[in-house]
Amino acid sequence: MDRTEEQWLEGLRETVDKVLPIRHYQESYGAIGIKRAEDIKSLKDFQRLPLTTKEDLRKNYPFGLFAEPMENIVRLHASSGTTGKPTVVGYTRQDITLWAKIVANELKRVGVTKKDVVQIAYGYGLFTGGMGLHYGCEELGAIVVPISGGNTARQLMLMRDFGSTVLACTPSYALYLAESLEESQISRDELKLKIGIFGAEPWTEGMREEIEARLGIKAFDIYGLSEIMGPGVALECPAHQGLHIDEHFYPEILDEEGNPLPDGELGELVITSIEKEGFPVLRYRTKDLTTLHYGTCSCGHVGWSMDRVSARVDDMLIIRGVNVFPSQVEEAILLEGFEPHYLLVVYRVGNLDQLEVQVEVSEATFFDEVRELEGRQDRLKKRIEDALGISVRIRLVEPKSIPRSEGKAVRVIDKRNKEG
Amino acid sequence: MLQLSIFLENAKGRLAEVISLLAECKVNLRALSLADTKDYGVLRIIVDNPEETAVKLRERKVVVSLTPVWVLKVPDRTGGLAEVLNQLVQQDVVVEYMYAFVEKENEQALVVLRVQDKAIMEKAMQTLNLPVK
Repeated sequence: MDRTEEQWLEGLRETVDKVLPIRHYQESYGAIGIKRAEDIKSLKDFQRLPLTTKEDLRKNYPFGLFAEPMENIVRLHASSGTTGKPTVVGYTRQDITLWAKIVANELKRVGVTKKDVVQIAYGYGLFTGGMGLHYGCEELGAIVVPISGGNTARQLMLMRDFGSTVLACTPSYALYLAESLEESQISRDELKLKIGIFGAEPWTEGMREEIEARLGIKAFDIYGLSEIMGPGVALECPAHQGLHIDEHFYPEILDEEGNPLPDGELGELVITSIEKEGFPVLRYRTKDLTTLHYGTCSCGHVGWSMDRVSARVDDMLIIRGVNVFPSQVEEAILLEGFEPHYLLVVYRVGNLDQLEVQVEVSEATFFDEVRELEGRQDRLKKRIEDALGISVRIRLVEPKSIPRSEGKAVRVIDKRNKEG
Repeated sequence: MLQLSIFLENAKGRLAEVISLLAECKVNLRALSLADTKDYGVLRIIVDNPEETAVKLRERKVVVSLTPVWVLKVPDRTGGLAEVLNQLVQQDVVVEYMYAFVEKENEQALVVLRVQDKAIMEKAMQTLNLPVK
């Protein structure tokens, strides 16, 4: 839907209205003279509002930023609290319905229908991935297989026996399933799989091509995070013209200092929810780096689109003062014909940071002649170094020696802190 | 003849593991050589049934490739190998690597040769008519 500035403002004001009774917002908005939603006269005014961060959620743990009384909350989700307390979000019945409708609409756009059998191999539980897709598929009327993550042999068996046509999971798990399929007694011809809905971790275009080729499906990138709603904030369009953002989310792109950037420029994605009740978010910093575009797509979508998330601010490594993202390494690895099973190990020798990239050797990249193997290794080294701007050490390792993940892949081991 | 080339990560016990795997598969090693670099090694072996062994190793997640090599009989006396090599050099054969072993039944000395250009080697072998295993 094409909205005018005034129409967006109306939605944004409603969200401001909803959060103003909450102390955290009252204080921070009051400090810049915003006491009522009507004080926001333009998008420029809106952009003056302080940003909300994960830290704000932690400070108000667990329910301090909920906008509805607890009796109206029907579900809680939480993100993993690896660095402290988890961030908790609450949904009203209306929120759950809205979320399901958003996901259903998006799935419909990439060709999922009520006749499809959707195997949801995202984790179920506090993580929003499993439940988010689940409710969306049910809303659509598709047959849901709530298998959750893990138990790869059973995933493949049921994929065949139930005739699953759609697979939803992280891209790294999809690749692991493809790899396991090739080694199993089940042949691709016995499967009916045609569409993949993959997300919850950054992945590259090369990774998509790899998954599409090995599983023989069309793969689509789904975006979301629990603080905003969960999966379905955006889904890639069938024309692969970026990820279309649902109209219940108002996106902005900011530079490192928090200044708004124009369309097409790379920066941090910031989102405000519209019509959300239990846990409305205002100008939430996603820590995801992408670019925004506004317009009409050939698939019929009108509104905001975002590019594939190239990296998470949190995934960024600073090595010898240079910003390094694992996705840059993944791209180079795929371009040199290696398999996308890799691990970045950062360590320190003396006062100097070192980056070691471990890559698995496969039948396709192994050569009997050491000279040729080393040549391949050198080409990969050069490509990664060109992309990152720092020197790296490449270590070829045996297949399957890098642990496979059933959820989000572990791409980095940083040993610098432990070694002090 | 086909040689098996196996990728080995430089990890403690990995060589012993793979050699044990070959024993489990009831493979008799006729000859063996190990090329090593800082991080990994390439184990090259001559066995009786290379194709069959490769399948078994792949089932056990070992990266292996089959490499065509020549196994030449070499006169077991001083200068025997030099004679053979000099003849090959005259035919423009470039050797990538080489290792030797002895057949115990007849005490025959053998060398495994990997050459840069297969066609040149084939032509040289036709011309020289060197004894092969």
